Amino acid sequence: MQTIDMATTSLRELNETLQAQSQATNQTQWQIDNPKGSHAMAVGLDAPIEVTIKGSTGYYCGGMNKQAVITIDGSAGPGVAENMMSGKVVIEGDASQYAGATGHGGLLVIKGNASSRCGISMKGIDIVVHGNIGHMSAFMAQSGNLVVLGDAGDALGDSLYEARLFVRGNVKSLGADCIEKEMRSEHLEILGALLEQADADARPEEFKRYGSARQLYNFNIDNASAY
Amino acid sequence: MCGIVGLFLKDRTLEPELGSMLTDMLVTMSDRGPDSAGIAIYGDPNNGRMKITVQSDDPNVDFDALASTLGARLGTTIAVHLKDTHAVLEMDKRHGDAVRACLAETNPDIRIMSTGELIEIYKEVGLPKDVAARFDIAGMRGSHGIGHTRMATESAVTTMGAHPFSTGADQCLVHNGSLSNHNSLRRRLIREGMAFETQNDTEVAAAYLTHKMQNGSNLGEALEAGLEDLDGFFTFVVGTRNGFGVVRDPIACKPAVMAETQQYVAFGSEYRALVNLPGIEGARVWEPEPATVYFWEH
Repeated sequence: MQTIDMATTSLRELNETLQAQSQATNQTQWQIDNPKGSHAMAVGLDAPIEVTIKGSTGYYCGGMNKQAVITIDGSAGPGVAENMMSGKVVIEGDASQYAGATGHGGLLVIKGNASSRCGISMKGIDIVVHGNIGHMSAFMAQSGNLVVLGDAGDALGDSLYEARLFVRGNVKSLGADCIEKEMRSEHLEILGALLEQADADARPEEFKRYGSARQLYNFNIDNASAY
Repeated sequence: MCGIVGLFLKDRTLEPELGSMLTDMLVTMSDRGPDSAGIAIYGDPNNGRMKITVQSDDPNVDFDALASTLGARLGTTIAVHLKDTHAVLEMDKRHGDAVRACLAETNPDIRIMSTGELIEIYKEVGLPKDVAARFDIAGMRGSHGIGHTRMATESAVTTMGAHPFSTGADQCLVHNGSLSNHNSLRRRLIREGMAFETQNDTEVAAAYLTHKMQNGSNLGEALEAGLEDLDGFFTFVVGTRNGFGVVRDPIACKPAVMAETQQYVAFGSEYRALVNLPGIEGARVWEPEPATVYFWEH
């Protein structure tokens, strides 16, 4: 186990050290102490390493992650795991705005609640939130899966493309062009696998699925006079 | 951006530490706004005496002589506590309004930062660490306080454009965001008798709440009404004589984190601002919900 203490290490030194790990590194276990809400910790990683941050983080933790498994033993500030490509980010507490935004791949697990704009413009990432999510989540979400064990706030999935949204609790309101859809066996299968990977105590049958009505994909000529 | 911090103490034994805790919180937020900084501190009442905190850029202004002249004219004594560019004038409450009116008439270049029995506001252009040091904020005691570091968007970088804004006795407000209907709302409030010192959007929000509270609303009701009438982006933190309030607009893109323990309620634009508070490890930490009013009163 390698330990880095942020009380005595600069942010640049932390990220350079973690980013320098190769595919075949022997130093696979890392612990970061005293994060104290610092910004941009453990970003741009690209190696099969496990990083545990002992405390809460500020903006953009785990951004652009590839391969690494990052655990935040606290809560995360805005933009956690933004644009993640692969690997896994686990947050033991809550996540602030736009968690997992624009993510292309990998799995983001939030054990507490996520606030507004969770999974905005997601492009293939899977996100599992054990608690609730805030308003405008999955706005313009293109692909991937957003799973919510609790409730969703206003305007869920506004202007959605092909991402799948699974919510167990209540949805305060659906955004433009987002509708409830039939839960078929292939969806139950995807959902079951995600719940297991995210260590979530829920059954796929308890969820509802939401997706795009695909009414905004093409311009409707009847609306021409509005422009 | 802008950075906001606030601290409302429930445990009176922490009161001697208020200034130092708030200074530490505000300095941590420096990179959210380097233009100007300000702090409002609610101190101890002094037998109903009124404090008027004033400021002048002119190093030749003699606040002691000014206080003697004003005191002689109004038939009272005015105590003066000098702090860098600011001075706190302290007088019998009955003379507070007269002193303020007299000042405006005889020394219009002297700016009034705050009036009230408890509140003192110190604000200047510059970094939080420098502004806090100039006024020795770390040495101040109090029951609650609010700090702000500004990245200006809506009006000039001047002392008067810095936050907190105070538009009523023992009231103040700080703001992260920008309002889009402040001009029309300012005109409406002027018609209803409110006075303005700047063209700043935040001052309109402060005056709006003052106007609501003058007309019988409590802090919570005034903030609820603000959600209807104020258009734009905002996270506000508001102080009154015995209260502390927080509200965010419905879009809630301006950040906010709160922490509560048995000893205090704390606000920060980021969690970083809260990490050195006593007992933060065991605090309830949460992000205030959009369009939801939070307030505490002593």
